[in-house]
Amino acid sequence: MKNLKNFLFGSIVPVLLLILWEAGSRLGLFSEVLLPSPTAVAIKWWAYLLPLQPQEAGQSYLAWLVSGEMLHDAYSSLFRVVAGFVIGAALALPLGLLMGASPRIYELFNPLMQILRPIPPIAYIPLAILWFGLGNPPSFFLIAIGAFFPVLMNTIAGVRQVDGIYLRAARNLGVNQWTMFTRVILPAATPYILAGVRIGIGTAFIVVIVSEMIAVNDGLGFRILEAREFMWSDKIIAGMITIGLLGLAIDSAVSRLNNHLLRWHRGLEH
Amino acid sequence: MSQIIVNNVQKVFKTPGKDVIALKDINLEIKAGEFVCLLGPSGCGKSTLLNAVAGFALPSAGEITVEGKKITGPGPERGMVFQEYALFPWMTIAQNIAFGLQVQKKEKAEIDLTVNQLLDLLHLTDFRDRFPKDLSGGMRQRVAIARVLALDSPIMLMDEPFGALDALTRRNLQDELLRIWEKLGKTILFVTHSIEESIYLADRIVVMTYRPGTVKRDQCVDMPRPRDPASAEFNELKRELGRLVMEEQQRHANDEMKLAAVD
Repeated sequence: MKNLKNFLFGSIVPVLLLILWEAGSRLGLFSEVLLPSPTAVAIKWWAYLLPLQPQEAGQSYLAWLVSGEMLHDAYSSLFRVVAGFVIGAALALPLGLLMGASPRIYELFNPLMQILRPIPPIAYIPLAILWFGLGNPPSFFLIAIGAFFPVLMNTIAGVRQVDGIYLRAARNLGVNQWTMFTRVILPAATPYILAGVRIGIGTAFIVVIVSEMIAVNDGLGFRILEAREFMWSDKIIAGMITIGLLGLAIDSAVSRLNNHLLRWHRGLEH
Repeated sequence: MSQIIVNNVQKVFKTPGKDVIALKDINLEIKAGEFVCLLGPSGCGKSTLLNAVAGFALPSAGEITVEGKKITGPGPERGMVFQEYALFPWMTIAQNIAFGLQVQKKEKAEIDLTVNQLLDLLHLTDFRDRFPKDLSGGMRQRVAIARVLALDSPIMLMDEPFGALDALTRRNLQDELLRIWEKLGKTILFVTHSIEESIYLADRIVVMTYRPGTVKRDQCVDMPRPRDPASAEFNELKRELGRLVMEEQQRHANDEMKLAAVD
């Protein structure tokens, strides 16, 4: 009951805005080409979601149902985010663990990291195209760079903040260096590492949209740029809504994973 | 032969400006199965001495031997119970207890058996799959004790283990500890600043002086257990030790005043 009340209260501003927008469109205040009405966007979004072709003979119903352009684009973008993120994180995690654990290694790599870190992943676009040409590889490269630094920095911080009492307790139990690393330092650092993962995925999601505008011919980022060429602003907005929904889905999936992995952690109640 | 021998131990902490002598000329012999309390005000070096026996911070001079072997680092034959529990929060209660055994590469069946016995011994069975954050301080300290018992180390080192607990929980755990000690025959070296706690528990109380930490009094406690903290004998000893500890506490307080005045 209270939830419903909160929900209704929270809906006031968005609904009001939609009504104003719709009314403005109908009264002809906005150019239909530049800012189509919310209903036009909704209709376009639905059309973007639905299959383009009628069901073919021999094609299963489910395969037909997901053959629409939007689902294909969303899948392509998601695949790039995951692949790029996995590459970036797989490089950042071991390096971060080593840099956090050993001051020598930290001093060895830190200057390079500090030079590279402020360069936005987007600034790598020209190099990405030169090195990797067109297609998925430059996207993977850019996304991996976007995911790399948040995971790296948080892993270093996470290893460094491990409470000395755990190390003493573990030494007292007689653990060797390897067990200390895998069973004490790594789990003790997970809250930080997962915070880095969440930021890294967020960055990867920004970068995927940009990278799709340059080198590939599917994906949500590609689709909204393509729509601009045809002046389909309703499709641009429909695509943006889809990007928002996919981002929300990714973030809540990561957040659920966090909650599961950190179920032992104090101060995490949901 | 005594099990633990502390031989002319000194510990100096180098700080900018001056060196602090934390321990000076400490000589102690502890027999197997003895329950010894180190008693003194904060800053008397009792935790420093315990950490030296544990092998976390070795002495600057002198040596400590256990079973005739010189201590050069921490080891599972000297299990430590910390005041802050130091349980691994990402492991369940059962996993915490099992960890030391896994480190020793024991068979899974044997580990399970030991863990179950210890859960039972410390009345933790209902909590086996919970995480430490779900437990009260007293329950967490039970787990920490079980974790050390799992190692089956002959020696248990305890650094103010009940210092953060309320009075009732504290008494409860003291009784539990005595029960386990009597049952398993461990040697216990127990640091506390509570006079009553030391008399309630120990065979022997070593009162330490404030900086430099030396042995001020090595007192045997002959009262039969369970001891009654309201008895005349108990209180006579409490008064006597209280006097000794307060002398040192006074020096500690004077020192702090002096430091404040310099600032």
